[in-house]
Amino acid sequence: MGPNVTWYVAVASFLFGIGALGVMLRRSPLIILLSLEIMLNGANLAFIAFSRHHGHLDGQVFALAVMAVAAAEVVVGLGLIVAMNRRQLVLDVDKLSTLRG
Amino acid sequence: MGNFIVWVVWVLAAFSCLGSGAAVVSFSNPFYSALALIGNLGSLAVMYLLLSAEFVAAAQVLVYAGAVMVMFLFVIAYLGRHADAPWAGGPSWQALGATAAAGALMVEIVVAIGLKASGRLAQAPDVASSFGNPAGVGRLFLTDHLLAFEITSIVLLAAAVGGVVLGSNVRKGTSAQ
Repeated sequence: MGPNVTWYVAVASFLFGIGALGVMLRRSPLIILLSLEIMLNGANLAFIAFSRHHGHLDGQVFALAVMAVAAAEVVVGLGLIVAMNRRQLVLDVDKLSTLRG
Repeated sequence: MGNFIVWVVWVLAAFSCLGSGAAVVSFSNPFYSALALIGNLGSLAVMYLLLSAEFVAAAQVLVYAGAVMVMFLFVIAYLGRHADAPWAGGPSWQALGATAAAGALMVEIVVAIGLKASGRLAQAPDVASSFGNPAGVGRLFLTDHLLAFEITSIVLLAAAVGGVVLGSNVRKGTSAQ
């Protein structure tokens, strides 16, 4: 028997913390999107660990749904970044005080 | 012996996962950050395999590390030097506050789960060897979670339309500057 669910949850919470740190510290929207992916993956790891712990597949189904939502979020986020770049806006979330085109 | 190998694989996967996560946050070149995130997703897929979630691990590698990250890398290459993201300055108390907040969030998760379920997490569950295979997950998706499955398809469609709209050319008259 390998590590039990506690270890996985510890890793998941560390991942979530790292992602939150990235979202708060970095100002490039690209890095913020990547950090969001880390946060979502931390949540996914917790889902799958508890799914295994309870011997029930619902957690894995939820993790797949999270994955689909993350893909949608990346599409919209990258679309926004490309649109910002096309309008010659600086890719810095602190400088985007108004989102007027 | 098998137990030992599982632990070794787990420790390797956990450390590469956390290390590449820290690398994503700390690189100033977003291209390296995206490559580190691919490593992060790959080591997470290893952990999913250890949790007998084979289908999720495969989907993670195909969808996440494959499709999503390729899209990321395309956009970073498209932006070129505009994509560079040096550690922007700002007062150091902001960085300290953000670090403290992230640490507090992490501790909060651990404490909440520990208080809620500390006694029940230790026992190792036994599951059938078919646990987590595509057949089981697919059956759940098409029976118990059919509504979520259909809503997911609508979300993806809306995202695709939104991506096209956001990425299409700026119309005349509304273009900035």
